[in-house]
Amino acid sequence: MSQDIHNLTIHEIRDLISNRKVSSVEVTDALISRAKSVESRIKSFVSITSELAIKQAELADKSIANGTDSVLTGIPLQLKDNLCTKGVHTTCCSRMLEDFVPPYNATIVERLYKNGAVVLGKGNMDEFAMGSSTENSAFFPTHNPWDLDRVPGGSSGGPAAAVAAREAIYSIGSDTGGSIRQPASLCGIVGLKPTYGLVSRYGLIAFASSLDQIGPMTLDVRDCAIVLNAIAGYDEKDSTSIERRTLDYTQALSTDIKGLRIGVPKEYYNKGIDPKVSQVLRTALDKFSELGAIVEEMSLPHTEYALAVYYILAPSEASSNLARYDGVKYGLSESNADSMWEAMEKTKQQGFGPEVKRRIMLGTYALSSGYYDAYYLKAQKVRTIIREEFREAFEKYDALITPTSPTTAFKIGEKIENPAHMYSSDICTIPANIAGIPALSLPCGFANDLPVGMQIMAKPLAEDTLLNLAYSYENATDWNNKRPKL
Amino acid sequence: MALFELKSEDVHQIAQLYRLGITEDEIEQFRGQLAQILESFQILNNVDTETIYPTEHSGNVSNIMREDEPKSPLDKEDILSNAPLKENDFFRVKAVLE
Repeated sequence: MSQDIHNLTIHEIRDLISNRKVSSVEVTDALISRAKSVESRIKSFVSITSELAIKQAELADKSIANGTDSVLTGIPLQLKDNLCTKGVHTTCCSRMLEDFVPPYNATIVERLYKNGAVVLGKGNMDEFAMGSSTENSAFFPTHNPWDLDRVPGGSSGGPAAAVAAREAIYSIGSDTGGSIRQPASLCGIVGLKPTYGLVSRYGLIAFASSLDQIGPMTLDVRDCAIVLNAIAGYDEKDSTSIERRTLDYTQALSTDIKGLRIGVPKEYYNKGIDPKVSQVLRTALDKFSELGAIVEEMSLPHTEYALAVYYILAPSEASSNLARYDGVKYGLSESNADSMWEAMEKTKQQGFGPEVKRRIMLGTYALSSGYYDAYYLKAQKVRTIIREEFREAFEKYDALITPTSPTTAFKIGEKIENPAHMYSSDICTIPANIAGIPALSLPCGFANDLPVGMQIMAKPLAEDTLLNLAYSYENATDWNNKRPKL
Repeated sequence: MALFELKSEDVHQIAQLYRLGITEDEIEQFRGQLAQILESFQILNNVDTETIYPTEHSGNVSNIMREDEPKSPLDKEDILSNAPLKENDFFRVKAVLE
């Protein structure tokens, strides 16, 4: 029994805990042993907090004993290392924050702690969440559990690999241009980027503030709904937080999708998409028709501009957000300098890796005097057109379905030397961030013996529609039960 | 592809604007890479945005008001706990004015 605990979902473990078949300490021990046996091959963790986890598990068992527990109580998870954890190193996988210990918890961490969560450790990521392969981590790359020579995707590559390799029951990631969905797709798990404003970003180390969202990475759709229940909600500490009525997202887990209208934007099945990936998607779309949904090809003609819009807006916002790393208040500080300015230059030179520097340079250029209108303002205007195009699409369709990633997992080292090539890994996921809409990636088959993810997008705050569609598909297929051999 | 060009001085100047230390090697590397990426942005010129308003962020939230009630902030020691250099209750920096 105990050898297999790591293979279970949140809801399966919850049933065992409720029936007193297993304790949180036992579950946590099982996961720590699992990590010990596979982590040297996967490298999904940048820090493992075993002592903290056991302490939290003991507390969880107490609250289970006296009936003050909730559905997540005692279930071990991994947190992406850009989520501030009080007293626990939070590095953003950057030399700049290598020794940073936050004096407070992110709101999402507080929420999980209130639910009795057990934190196994912090997940590897591309430095400051900039990347699509986790190769930009300042520490080490993470390996895809399906093929150890390949990337897990990024930037939430650690959290995705941890769930796929069953080193954590679930993970929390962040998504600025696809950083939850693309690694979820490449690792064969479920990943959700919620509506902009649904989950508080207070304590998430900022990358591009008009795009960043936090979301769950899980083994199945029910787990996704369970975690979303715990993390969604208004927070006065995040000025973009949406006030809305509280929903129980597990109520959306019905297998009835008869009459739901699904749009298939043809631009997402064109050039740049591996034909084998498109083929897997076509088969998945047939399944939705079989289940009673109305599936129709349609067009989002401005899709081709999304990549350029994103790679202007995100680096611009990043260059502003990362200006805080000046070596004064926290983080790396290079004091071997003659003046304050020189100290600042040296601090940034040594603290930031190549991709972060590249994006800072790009953003600084796009925001600089004389170029602002041509780049930043232009991108914001095209953003309006893309948002509007989605708004109109959702007048006619309940959801849109596309591939999550144009390819399956690529080889470590394959794209890292060519930034423009790497950026195109995000072509299918970026539009949802630009429009602020929710989008979910779900396993839907294999190509090249590697997992393929399907992306479902819906209008703002229609996470219930995404979960309904995803659950129906998952229920009618067997993809989420496939596990990598490790 | 070579429609868009950046000079080494341009790259140096961008780094200077940000106070980002940068080596000669990096300048040379970024010069080509940034030019290629900036070139790809030119596609946006095909979109007519004459009458379009810019979108600043994708939420629909604006102007959140609340009572201005004092609350206790983080502890002073906690705030200073990650400071590279401090003196008493202050962050210490190199001289700003010569």
